[in-house]
Amino acid sequence: MPVVVEGAPPLSPKPLDTPQRVRRETLRLILRSPTFILGAIVTLFWVACAFAGLEIAPYHPIDESFGFSYESPSWNHPFGLDRVGRDILSRVIVGARSVIEVAPAASLLGVTLGSFLGLVMGYFSGLVDNIIGRVIDAVLAVPFIVFGILLLTALAGGTSQDGISVSSLKLVIVIGLAFMPIVARTVRSAVLVERDLDYVQAAKLRGERPPYIMLVEILPNVMGPIVVEVTIRLGYAVFAFATLAFLGYGPQPPSPDWGSQIAEQYADISLAWWAIVFPALAIASLVVAINLIADTVQQVLDQ
Amino acid sequence: MLRYVANRLALGFVSLVLLSMMIYAAAQVLPGNPGRIVLGREATPNAVKEFNHLLGFDRPLPVRYVDWLSDAVRGDFGANYTDGRPVTDDLVPALKRSLFLAVYAFILCIPISILAGVIAALRRGRPTDRAITITGLSLAVIPEFVLGAILVTLLGPAFLNWFPGIAGALIDASFLTKLDSLFLPALALALVLFGYIARMARAGTMEALDADFTRTATLKGLKQRQVMTRHVLRNGLLPTIAVISTQVGYLFGGIVAIEKLFGYPGVGFLTVTAAQIKNFPMLLACVLVIGVIYFVATLTGDLLTAALNPRVRLTRQT
Repeated sequence: MPVVVEGAPPLSPKPLDTPQRVRRETLRLILRSPTFILGAIVTLFWVACAFAGLEIAPYHPIDESFGFSYESPSWNHPFGLDRVGRDILSRVIVGARSVIEVAPAASLLGVTLGSFLGLVMGYFSGLVDNIIGRVIDAVLAVPFIVFGILLLTALAGGTSQDGISVSSLKLVIVIGLAFMPIVARTVRSAVLVERDLDYVQAAKLRGERPPYIMLVEILPNVMGPIVVEVTIRLGYAVFAFATLAFLGYGPQPPSPDWGSQIAEQYADISLAWWAIVFPALAIASLVVAINLIADTVQQVLDQ
Repeated sequence: MLRYVANRLALGFVSLVLLSMMIYAAAQVLPGNPGRIVLGREATPNAVKEFNHLLGFDRPLPVRYVDWLSDAVRGDFGANYTDGRPVTDDLVPALKRSLFLAVYAFILCIPISILAGVIAALRRGRPTDRAITITGLSLAVIPEFVLGAILVTLLGPAFLNWFPGIAGALIDASFLTKLDSLFLPALALALVLFGYIARMARAGTMEALDADFTRTATLKGLKQRQVMTRHVLRNGLLPTIAVISTQVGYLFGGIVAIEKLFGYPGVGFLTVTAAQIKNFPMLLACVLVIGVIYFVATLTGDLLTAALNPRVRLTRQT
């Protein structure tokens, strides 16, 4: 028997939280958060640079004809010139391209593969879960940068003195594979909560096959953590790409890529700090901006 | 408790064996064969074949793997492809250097981040809390080499010139010289860890502040300071300290790029070099050692947590 409280609002005839309403409310909460707005502005700026860098940049990124090596910042060249006299502002703007080319694709690949693995582990549990779980433990024992180096060395073609030229596609695959285990672990624990709920039992009793139950019944209900994973992994994909490029796996000189610029000029930091600090700030601003977005999405979806 | 420890040890062991299998298999995909790498382009195919046979590279993969692993367990990781010297000759000093840097980073990091976490918990929801949380979150996602480069710009030779921007091998360097040369790399690593440890300290302190025993302590008339030190901090920070050791593994990811930036020949630097010149006995040894360090650190952290918290050791028996 429901207890009727004096003065309580009347029970509404239909539920307020239809899926569309919930989704719209979630989106509204995310879009109104100041941290999200700040993160989105900075991220969009770099995306614009990635697409239209050559048009926005005041000079060509590999034009060496401006004057002396390591000219300090001036009105003509606000970020100064690098060792061979290239305009650093232009190089930082155009340098956004390589990372924007790789990071979103890598995070999507990693989350997709990881989600499937997590669904399989969580749904079947038992032996399958145990075996894959041990393999995942083993992979996660090595930091993903080291894992990336190992895979890239195995995949790469010829060696050169400074580094190993790696195509964007290979970087997408390797970074995606490196993220797969950690995503699988997150999705698995979300699936474990769902698998014993009535709707899954009902689907089993109806005689639905496991792939149908996993993809049509369970997947939509674990989309929250998966969306959060996409945003978090995007930040780490930028992190991984920048670090691998710095270590020599990725775009090679004279590419204006941020990580490889830092590797190329670091030895001269006492002569020309501007050649290092501006690409460094570019990387920092992009990862922090993406992280602000990820943090907002996570907070709103957790509520 | 004993069952929990045995369980964790067994799981860790299985994962380590799996890891060794995977990296050995990955290294087999490496292009080129050892004989070609050692003897160079000019060598005749016959000489290459002879060399590979001599060193047993033409035996089946599982046989070679078992051979390699049984040597590795005894501390013998084979010889460099490049100069034939034992891998451990370079690996052991490199490992010592990396551990020195790691300990230095933790010593710089722990006091500041615990303090920040406690302050954030005490100012919960206020701007100070937001500032500490956002700063920590942001620092944790910036690549270590980027933080390192920015720190060198500010404190290194370009402006203030307080600390050097290059560490080098530091052979025969005095303890103070090491501390001075490694300050910036250690600080960069410490800043990356800051966010995580501060967040743990904040959560632990908040939980203790909300606990019934804290209310009892306040209501029975203890001084604010006594409540804080005896009840809140003691209970709030013990789990944080246990969790810190699990961060060692994370630290070793950052150490790779930081050692490369500062030219400090530790394990991370060695890993990158070995990969570049395809010196794969060294590459395997480095990756395996990093994996072992991670397992030991995680295990220590988990056991400490279990020892401090009966709920963990009694329920997590899977």
